Amino acid sequence: MPVILVTDVLVWLLVAATIGYAAYCRRHEHLAAPWRRVFSSRAAMMSLVVLLAYLAVGLADSLHFRSQLERKDPSAPVAYSNDVTSLLDLAVGGLRARSEKTYSAPFATRLYAKELTEVPGGKSVRDYPRLRHGGAHLKDEADHGSDVATRAFGALAVAFMCWVVLGWALRGFARRHAGVPWGAAYLAFGLLLAVAAPAFTLSGSYHVLGTDKVGQDVFYLSLKSIRTSLVIGTLTTLVMLPLGAAVGIMAGYFRGWVDDVIQYLYTTLNSIPGVLLIAASVLMMQVYIDTHPELFPTTAERADLRLLFLCIILGLTSWTGLARLLRGEALKLRELEYIQAAHAFGVSHSRIIGRHILPNVMHIIIISLVMDFSGLVLAEAVLSYVGVGVDPSTTSFGTMINNARLEMAREPMVWWALAAAFWFMFVLVLVANLFADAVRDGFDPRVRVGGGGA
Amino acid sequence: MLSYILRRVLYAIPILIGVNLITFALFFVVNTPDDMARMQLGAKRVTPEAIAKWKAERGYDRPLLWNDAAAGTGRLTQTIFFEKSARLFVFDFGAAEDKRDIATEIRARVGPSLALAIPVFLVGLAVNITFALGMAFFRATPLDFAGVVLCVAMMSISTLFYIIGGQYLASKLWHLVPISGYDSGLNAAKFLVLPVMIGVLSGVGSGSRWYRTLFLEEMGKDYVRTARAKGLAETAVLFRHVLKNAMIPILTGAVVVIPLLFMGSLLSESFFGIPGLGSYTIEAIQGQDFAVVRAMVFIGSMLYILGLLLTDLSYTLVDPRVRLE
Repeated sequence: MPVILVTDVLVWLLVAATIGYAAYCRRHEHLAAPWRRVFSSRAAMMSLVVLLAYLAVGLADSLHFRSQLERKDPSAPVAYSNDVTSLLDLAVGGLRARSEKTYSAPFATRLYAKELTEVPGGKSVRDYPRLRHGGAHLKDEADHGSDVATRAFGALAVAFMCWVVLGWALRGFARRHAGVPWGAAYLAFGLLLAVAAPAFTLSGSYHVLGTDKVGQDVFYLSLKSIRTSLVIGTLTTLVMLPLGAAVGIMAGYFRGWVDDVIQYLYTTLNSIPGVLLIAASVLMMQVYIDTHPELFPTTAERADLRLLFLCIILGLTSWTGLARLLRGEALKLRELEYIQAAHAFGVSHSRIIGRHILPNVMHIIIISLVMDFSGLVLAEAVLSYVGVGVDPSTTSFGTMINNARLEMAREPMVWWALAAAFWFMFVLVLVANLFADAVRDGFDPRVRVGGGGA
Repeated sequence: MLSYILRRVLYAIPILIGVNLITFALFFVVNTPDDMARMQLGAKRVTPEAIAKWKAERGYDRPLLWNDAAAGTGRLTQTIFFEKSARLFVFDFGAAEDKRDIATEIRARVGPSLALAIPVFLVGLAVNITFALGMAFFRATPLDFAGVVLCVAMMSISTLFYIIGGQYLASKLWHLVPISGYDSGLNAAKFLVLPVMIGVLSGVGSGSRWYRTLFLEEMGKDYVRTARAKGLAETAVLFRHVLKNAMIPILTGAVVVIPLLFMGSLLSESFFGIPGLGSYTIEAIQGQDFAVVRAMVFIGSMLYILGLLLTDLSYTLVDPRVRLE
């Protein structure tokens, strides 16, 4: 039975809108040209490949359903599990259910903490117990290292073969679409496969990145966190964009009292320190959620709505930068001859804004959209640390760091959850930054004309 | 000049009123004091009497904007808006949840906050400028490219990881400095070394990349070409001409954050246990101490407006062509 979460709907709408925009761009040369410049950069193509991989995980995690429970009696009505699972949970095959008692190191076969276990003969021994799932198929633990190596090597070999075959199959396509550095993209794809294939294969029989305090697989948690990051990075801009664009263009275009009011509004909002404004709003949202439990039937829905609220709050508090940029641009544009001419012909204000101003500030909107993404992903972690981020039941990099942070003091240290969150986040933010730079270089008219700059 | 400053100060008043109204709306209109009481008291102890007592203790039992029960001016003054929001203008912040006076607490915590924030600001500025200047000097060489790549990579690491990593390496692995804590006077230095270094490090990526762009922009200008045509050495061009002119946007950009240094740093202070305003704010947010959050919002916006004013003034100081009207 499908479960429709609000953020899922919005995410898929966003995907549809992006596809629509891409199709529209293809048919209009002046829109496609800057994108062609973007895609002719090696860094952009490599980061795009990695971004798409993250996106695939995030989207697979955005199709939720409740699985059907097995019926003992065929005549009984169909019952559904209370757990909301996603397509990703299916794809990684039971990783969600394969939990241990508590911490275990990556690839470990035994628990991190000693426990009292009974041995045959009535005595009890304090020892590290074997894991329930990690390496449970091993008859002899001495084979542990070679087993990991064989499996990893096997996965690598298969991945390499797929990579080569794919490259061979697509070489005609790449030749027909010259001008795009396909080689770089292919290389990035290969690197991605080399990391992902062994990780996914081994995750079937080991905890590749260990387990956390309650025994959940850290690899699984990291994959789940991707969706949260992507949702925050994209849906927030969805809130921010229309608001910032409408308000900013209006201020620059109409000037006069409209400009005064809008400037006052954004100076006021801007003057409140960002974290505090977000914290105050989130605190109030929390009170609202706590006092209206009847609105949120399941935990998943409550967590989901809280995520959505967080996006809205972040969007409402961060549109001011975009508005200021667009105001300046609209101020410049409204004095240009073709807009004056449109005025003289009696074209209405809404038409001038829609047909003449908006298309000419589109590059600013797109640049700020991609530039903001990485900042929002980083902000989520900080906000979750402060305690005003996502719902504690939502897996996110912020909650992962927060939970793992307290284990720093342990001896030996529990480092794997932090390391996992670090690498997953670092790669995501890094490729987002690189892609954003390429988009800026492709769209910014100053870079093109001057040829200098960054 | 003086009339300009005066006008700007007057202009700040409507903005502060706006901030006040926003916080008032957030804290009292969206959710009633009853909701806050229920949340603070916890689900188990919620009874009408407990809520009434909680509200009375904090003065939330008044009407929001208009008190019909009172007489004369009391109708306006004996309200939540006047008592809780309007009073912020005279720096009367009231008491926190633990009954301590917020204003006294803030005065006590400004010192540690500044002790951390000022070194981070100054050292950070110096490091960023040096690094950016180096990249500009070696522009369009592999060294410059490596520098930019390093900057982008450093920008992509969350501040949380800088702090956690720094604490792990310096305190746990090498035992150089205490992991967290604070002391008065000069003894604070050993507690502050690590947070300052981490604060600087976490800002190097974005800061020096931004300054590099400024330097390169300046180097594309005509006067630089003239200087080179005169046969000046590259170092002389860079230090005597480019650096001076690029300092204008750098300094004016830095001025805006100077007043905000008083607010302290949220993350560093709470990780390193420094009793400053940043950790005060975080504790208030985590403990849902609405009075403290309100006070910090108000102070923060005031300092931001002060920063804007200082920025405009600094333009005239560093660039005599700019005239204020």
